[in-house]
Parts: sequence; C-alpha cells; structure tokens
Amino acid sequence: MQFGLSESQQILKDTARKFFAGESPVAAVRKAMETETAYDAALWAKLAEQGFTGIITPEEFGGMGLGKVELILLMEEAGYALLPGPFFSTVALAGAVIDACASAEQKKKYLARIAGGQARSTVALVEAAGSWDPGSLKISTADNKLTGTKLFVTDAAVADFIIVVARDGIFAVDAKAAGLHIEPMKGMDLARKIYSVEFKNTPAEKLANTSGLASALDVATAALCAEMVGGMQRALELTVAYAKTRKQFGKPIGIFQAVQHLCADMYLETESSRSATYYAAWALEENTADATAAISVAKMYSSDASRTVGNRGIQVHGGMGFTWENDLHLYYRRAKASETMLGDATFHRERIARLVVDGAAAGDKKSQNAERAAALVK
Amino acid sequence: MDLNLSPEEIKFRDELRTWLAANAPKDWDERREESMESRFEYLKRWQRKLYEGGWAGISWPKEYGGRGASLMEQVVFWQEMALASAPPLANVLGLGIIGPTIIAFGTEAQKKRYLAKILSAEEIWCQGFSEPDAGSDLANVRCEAKLEGDHYIVNGQKVWNSYGWAADWCELVVRTDPDVPKHKGMTVLLVDMKSPGVEVRPLRQMTGETEFNELFFHDLRVPVANVVGKVNEGWGVAMGTLMHERGTFGAGLQITYRRNMERLIDLARSTQRNGRPIAEDPVMRQKLAQCYAEIEIMRCNQMRAFSRISATGVPGPEGSIQKIFWSELNQRFQQIAQELLGPYGQLEAGDPHAVDNGMWAYGYLRTRGNTIEAGTSEIQRNIIGHFVLGLPKSY
Repeated sequence: MQFGLSESQQILKDTARKFFAGESPVAAVRKAMETETAYDAALWAKLAEQGFTGIITPEEFGGMGLGKVELILLMEEAGYALLPGPFFSTVALAGAVIDACASAEQKKKYLARIAGGQARSTVALVEAAGSWDPGSLKISTADNKLTGTKLFVTDAAVADFIIVVARDGIFAVDAKAAGLHIEPMKGMDLARKIYSVEFKNTPAEKLANTSGLASALDVATAALCAEMVGGMQRALELTVAYAKTRKQFGKPIGIFQAVQHLCADMYLETESSRSATYYAAWALEENTADATAAISVAKMYSSDASRTVGNRGIQVHGGMGFTWENDLHLYYRRAKASETMLGDATFHRERIARLVVDGAAAGDKKSQNAERAAALVK
Repeated sequence: MDLNLSPEEIKFRDELRTWLAANAPKDWDERREESMESRFEYLKRWQRKLYEGGWAGISWPKEYGGRGASLMEQVVFWQEMALASAPPLANVLGLGIIGPTIIAFGTEAQKKRYLAKILSAEEIWCQGFSEPDAGSDLANVRCEAKLEGDHYIVNGQKVWNSYGWAADWCELVVRTDPDVPKHKGMTVLLVDMKSPGVEVRPLRQMTGETEFNELFFHDLRVPVANVVGKVNEGWGVAMGTLMHERGTFGAGLQITYRRNMERLIDLARSTQRNGRPIAEDPVMRQKLAQCYAEIEIMRCNQMRAFSRISATGVPGPEGSIQKIFWSELNQRFQQIAQELLGPYGQLEAGDPHAVDNGMWAYGYLRTRGNTIEAGTSEIQRNIIGHFVLGLPKSY
C-alpha cells in the first residue's frame, strides 16, 4: 500500500507542469479569455501532440490508455495553469461518457477523434431546473430527433459533436446538425465558456448504453476536483509569495499571525482536497465498494474548499487582490463555476447521506449505478 | 499510487482479522460507569493480550518485542481494530509517541530496557513537557536538572500531564544549562515515576475526571544513563516526539471516530423528530454527511502522511494539518451529536434518561480540550506558516 505517486506518475505530473507553464502561461490565459470561445487551435494541437487528449482513451482507439490517477494528475496541473478552453469538457467529460456508453463502432467514430486531437466535444446534461441529477431530466427524442434546451453546457461553441443526456438515452449530436442552436451564457469563468444549446428536431445518434453514465460522471467529477486542487495550489502559492514580500509597519505581512493563519488554513484545505481527490480517483480506478461515496466526499469538500481558499487568498492580498490586474480573481471565478458543476457540496452531501445514512446497500456501487440508469430510462 | 494491499499485507490482515474475531473483547462499551482505574486495568489486560498474540508494536523492530513489519501494516492494524470495534490500547503515549522517540534517539541499552514493556503495557508511560510558564512556548521550561556524579538532581514542576496517575515512567524535558539560549540548554530524561521525589497531584478537568495531573519533583535523582539523545540537545528530541504526536498519533483515533459516526447514524435512524426519523430530516442529513466526509478525509490525509513517513523515515511538519483536522472535526462532530439529541445531549453518565449513558455529554465536554492539548490549533497554524510555507517567524 502506497499513497505516494509512482515514478512514472510523478514524471507525468512534472511534464504537465512544465508543458502548461511554457505553452499556456497566464498571459496566454488572459488573451484566450478575451476571445469568444477561449479556444486556441494551436494550443490544442500541442495538447494532442503530447498525447494528453487521449490520456484515458484505450490504446485501441488511439489513446494512451492510462488510468484515473494519471488523468487527475494531468487535470491538477491544468487547473494550476488555469488552462483555458475545452480540454476538461472534451477529455474528462465527453471522453469519459463515450468510453463508458458507446459501442466499439461509435468509439471509433467519436472517441478516436478526441484522442487524436481532431475533435472537441462536451456533454449537455443540465436543463432549466439546474440539476445535475440525470433523474431530473425532461428532454427526450422522437424518431432519434432531439427537441428541447440544455443549459450551462461548457465549450459547446467549439464542440465538433455534443453528447446529450436525455430521458431516453445518451445521444451524439453533430455540431452542424439541423435545428441546433448555440447561444453563449455569461458565466463567471472567463476561461471556460458556457452556452445554452437548443435542439429542434435535431438528428441524434443514440449511444449503445446508459448504464455507464454514472461511472463516467464520477470520472469527470474526479477530474474536476483535481482541476480545483490545482487552482487551490496556485492561489496558495501566489498568496504565500505575496505575504513574504508585501510590507506594512516595516515588516512583511506574513510575519503577522492573523495572516499566517489564513495561509495555514489555505494549506490545510488544499492538502485535504488533494488527499480526498487522489483517493477518489484511485477508488474509481479500482472500482472499490466506496468509490461513489469517495467521489462525493472529494467533490463536496473541494467545492467548499476552493471557494474558501480563494476568499482567504484575496483577503491576504488586500486591495490588490480585488483588482482585475491580479490573477487571483481568474481562479476565484473558475472556483465558483466548478463549485456547482457536476453538483455542489449540498448535492454531494445528499448523495453521501443516501449511501451512508440511509444505508440502502451502503457503498454498493453497482446498485447505485443501476439506480441512476433506471432513473434515466424511466 | 497503489492502495491495494500487497500479498504480505493481505496475509497480515487476514491473520489479524481472524485473531481479533476470536480475541477482541466485546464488553468495553458496557463499562462506562466503572472507575477510571478499573477501566484502565481492563485496557491494560487487553493490550497485554494483543502483545502476547504478537500484535503490539507492528512496525517496531523485532529485537525489541515488535513485529518488525512495515508502517503500512501498522495502518492496516488500526483499520482492522476499527472494523472489529476493538477497545483502544492502554499505553497510548508509550505506543504512539515515547516508543518511537526511544527507537529514533535512544541508546541500545534503552531500547532493550524499555520498548518491550511499553508494548506489553507492563510499564505505562506519560510525558512531562508543559509547565505553568512553558505551554505553547515549550522552550521556556524551567524544571532544572543538575549533574551530581552519575545522577541528575531534578527540581521543578510539570502540568497538563496525562496518565501521570497510572504511569510507571515519564519522558521528561528538563533544563540542564540555564546560561545558553533557551532552545539549547534542554535535555530529555526517562524518569521512574516510582522513585522518591516524584509527586503526582490530580488536576480536575471540566469533564469532572482527573485524567490530567500536575507533577512535582523534589531532589529527584535520575541516572545519567537515562538521558535520551545528547545532553543539551533535548529540543530536537522533544520536537521529534511532538511530530510523532501530531503526525502518527491520530491513526488510532480512527477507531473512535468511525464507531462514533456509526452510532450517531443509528441514533438518527431510531430517533423521531417532527413525526419522522431524524435521518430523514434534510438539514440533519447534510450535517451527518459532512461528518462522514470529514472523517473519510482525515483517513485519506493520514494514509498520505503514513506513506510519506514510510518513504522518508520521519514525519514532516505537515503532520500539523492532521492535528488541526482531527481536533476541529471532533468538536464539530460532537456538536452535531448534540443537535441530534436535543435536550438529551446534556445528560451525563448515571442519569436514567441519558442516551448511551452520557457518552455524548462527556464527548462534547472532552473534545473541547482537543484543540488545546498536544499543541494548540494556533501553534499548529504557526508551525504550518513558518516551517511548511516558509513565512517569517512571528515570535
């Protein structure tokens, strides 16, 4: 038993850190966020060249075939760099759902293009009710044609195809399909844009099954938690560096315990989020009995922690922390968007309660998945 | 990263599981009303049984009575103890803190003399660190030890000492050189609590118990052979001890926390409020889930810390997050238990209406001390600020 990273995992993490620092420094992030889509085709080509777009895709579909732990290490570094654009949407969200729900033929068509860097994608799930619970969905198809509206769809404008979760199944919709209308929503995260996506008799290809959806969303949630951990780590480092250099009363402000303790709490929350996220990813990879609960533990804690880490970081920075020029608000904005994405702390606490308080087959992952799938096809 | 147990770890776990099923006593919870002394004797017998079965000091070297297994097997040990709902061990400080310090800093003779008897609970240990004027500022200790031939003559006072009433031995921090900067003139001694010149005065806590004591030393004679590490280098030894206290000591708390959580969930299911079980109340569900999650995160933090220790050999200052985490979580947990129990939460042991014979009232009061003992939360945050994050020292 070893919680530490293996040598190859550490190499992957270090490589990703260097890559993002070189190819997507904060100046580039700011440039991307001023664009309509925050998507940079040149950067995408480099992500694909590194193999990152196919990190968890099985080798038979052109990917690297690595595990959930490797995915979250990469996502942690993406979060540290505040990577702009559709990487999370494409690789961790759409990629995971296609891998879990599509037939081999569909995977060749969709997943291989994601892995190779030729296509971008996303998942459209939430509707007007604002819920991440697939059981709450209303949209469905008639004759394999979708009608209805999805909201808060990340990176929809740059997706070559959109994976739509509907009441009667999961569908792939081509970006050029008839009756598809995409409108930007003014979300807080400037580096990951969100959209409303409207379907009117839009042709859709049904994926092979829905039973893999719950696990796929768990994979995406682990990846999102890791991205949040990376963001927390960056906010912590920026804040500690500032506390060491900014002087008041003739001393660096980091000498004052009121400031030190804010930094210490940021450290505690960042490290605890990291422990929970690494464990959840591992549990998912190994399909342990407590994997679903572990994902909710990680998302619940990281959702609250990424917000409070941001609060403390900005507080330590004083007036400078409140300026547009300072980078902290970029992370703070993403933290808020990620906090609600795939369920906020309240959503996941209820999920935990169902697993451990109600005790209905507590921690039994299979029955949970079955439940979620049953809710879908009802 | 691989949290799967290795084949050796699985073999270890299965053997231990079988042994616990046959040997772990089931009646610990029924003994709440017995005296502290009688409960302690019970725990000593239980630890003795573990020792005789070969299950005490899992990661301690074999030649000193341990099992010579890995630190990870030590973690498995605590997990299995929790799963079996086994009682805690009597010699908490000896096992968690003083033994590891002797292993790290002690002489061969000291290891041979003390370690096995810590494991068997034949000798119970306590710590003499804090003094009236040396609490968070531990380097301010004044309890003095003067060399006279081959003995130190110790005079002074210690306070907030746990288990002093039961202890046979004490890890004592004394001042051996008053003329150098305060961190440099301290030494750690192993003191026989039964020797002349040791006085233990019980200190009554807000729980009503006398778990803590004051220790007074009047011309106590301690052989030079009982110095741990080097003379005047006791600060490093004491810090090593405290890092064990903060970093690894928390592992045993898994037992208590998980059992408390399970019990609280049972109570939430069986207690009615507003015409339905509390387990169905949306607000209380959120709070219970939060507790469960935090206990899980404490476990994950600990696994990470243990992996780090097993890789580097020593606990790092990041152990400070463990201390903050377990102590503050424990307080939040007890408050939620109080909310769940309503007016019944305040009832102490012996009241016929008390739930679980007053365990929750006791827990609420006792955990109030958690953020103070073993280094206050404020000191832990100072340690993180300075030693982990590299911020300038504030004092």
